[in-house]
Amino acid sequence: MNDSIAKTGLSLADAPLLRAQRVAAVAGKHAASVDREARFPSESIEALRNERLLSSYVPRELGGDGCSITDLVRQCLVLGQQCANSAMVYAMHQIQVASLVRHGLPQPWFERYLGKLASEQLLIASVTSEVGTSGDLRSSICHVETDGAGFKLRKDATTISYGSEADALLLTARRAANSAPGDQVMVFLPKETYRLSNVGTWDTLGMRGTRSPPALVEAQGSLEQVLPTPFAEIAPQTQVPFSHVLWSGLWLGIATDAVARARAFVRAAARQKPGTMPPAGLRLAEVTSTLQLMRNNVFDVAEESDERMQGSDNESLTDMGFVLKMNNLKISSSQLAVQIVGQALQICGIAGYKNEGKYSLGRQLRDAHSATLMINNDRIHQTNASLLLVHKDD
Amino acid sequence: MIDRIRKILEEHGGLAVDSSGLAEDADLYRAGMSSHASVNVMLALEGEFDIEFPDRMLRARVFSSAGSIRAAIEELTAGR
Ligand SMILES: Cc1cc2nc3c(=O)[nH]c(=O)nc-3n(C[C@H](O)[C@H](O)[C@H](O)COP(=O)(O)OP(=O)(O)OC[C@H]3O[C@@H](n4cnc5c(N)ncnc54)[C@H](O)[C@@H]3O)c2cc1C
Repeated sequence: MNDSIAKTGLSLADAPLLRAQRVAAVAGKHAASVDREARFPSESIEALRNERLLSSYVPRELGGDGCSITDLVRQCLVLGQQCANSAMVYAMHQIQVASLVRHGLPQPWFERYLGKLASEQLLIASVTSEVGTSGDLRSSICHVETDGAGFKLRKDATTISYGSEADALLLTARRAANSAPGDQVMVFLPKETYRLSNVGTWDTLGMRGTRSPPALVEAQGSLEQVLPTPFAEIAPQTQVPFSHVLWSGLWLGIATDAVARARAFVRAAARQKPGTMPPAGLRLAEVTSTLQLMRNNVFDVAEESDERMQGSDNESLTDMGFVLKMNNLKISSSQLAVQIVGQALQICGIAGYKNEGKYSLGRQLRDAHSATLMINNDRIHQTNASLLLVHKDD
Repeated sequence: MIDRIRKILEEHGGLAVDSSGLAEDADLYRAGMSSHASVNVMLALEGEFDIEFPDRMLRARVFSSAGSIRAAIEELTAGR
């Protein structure tokens, strides 16, 4: 067991949420420097490892916590309140873990790897984006080149969050040289099977600590590393729903943090003149109702995802009605996060506009603005518009 | 019926291969049909066969091959 935990009497047997709260406390201390220096939130990730949270979605029999998606959302929420960068790294990692758990098992190779992930607390990054396909998740240019029981591949990626810091990558590619752009597989790459080069820079408005520069991935390995299910199924069954729900959880964290700052600001004003309602009091009442709307939406969809995943039917998340609901969650929570932080800024005024102090909201606002771009909302609107042509709400 | 389905796949499926050469159980997504194209296929099928796919049928699996599409249409038009 980790020393510092043993000393304080804290235990790994504690519920994952309590452990996530301890990580969040660490993340909060370093959030400003992570953002300012655009550096990897290494303290938070080390804390996640010490609390064994990188395996929270791994089934218990393989050494994890067997968390539900709602559990993960709660963890993303508490992390997001302190440091959106740490929360996003955590969320993205869990999306990759979920893909291995739901589509790699019961293959022995993946069973072994997930056991190792739990014991060594390994971190997985995602490589879906590619130069030439821009934000279109469902098409690839690069392909798997098979050679006996082995493969080689080369992918020119536009954005790989914490690629240099990860222990493994989960990457999309066309199945073979002659496959259609949409005939994709997912290839899992432990560190010893790939090399990153031409790593670019990541100097962005927000989400600076996710360290998501372009890079060239060159890999070589065994065909056992290719997930047996086609990406055409992994995307709708796991990658897309987990992304929308977990991201929404951490965006809710950003919004919750902003409202907490606004609330503290109004309260401080009220204490100056007891008996008079501070001018921003009404604005605070207004923003908390928007926050409640966002929160209910996030947990409603998270809980429905868990209910749908109870059975062994992996397709339960792909009913068109639920796909629409999840897409709507992503669109609305990405917009509400920006709106709510904006409303909080209006309340805190210049104290919120400053980059220092307990009412500062610049980081939250900049981080929130990534939400509508991360899988562009216009793409999702377009998908929904087309689904609505055949969907019957009955 | 299968010929009418093939014709629609040819026109709207965005397949990378000729649909007449596709086996009835061949995976259409593997043959290049995107999820956007699959919606167009659904719309065209609804028009061609004068049917409405109920929500329970709007799942990727139902539209994954010419044969599975045929089975769905047969179920909807049974007793006509
Ligand atoms: C913080 C952050 C971390 C990320 N981490 C990763 C990572 O770890 N791994 C990874 O692979 N990727 C990552 N991404 C990239 C992400 O997956 C998307 O690729 C990216 O957000 C979309 O990039 P884009 O704006 O260039 O492309 P697009 O989505 O193509 O958008 C560009 C413009 O084109 C328009 N557009 C283009 N096509 C359409 C269409 N069909 N319908 C509607 N509008 C369209 C959009 O509206 C927009 O105006 C990350 C992104 C962010 C913001």
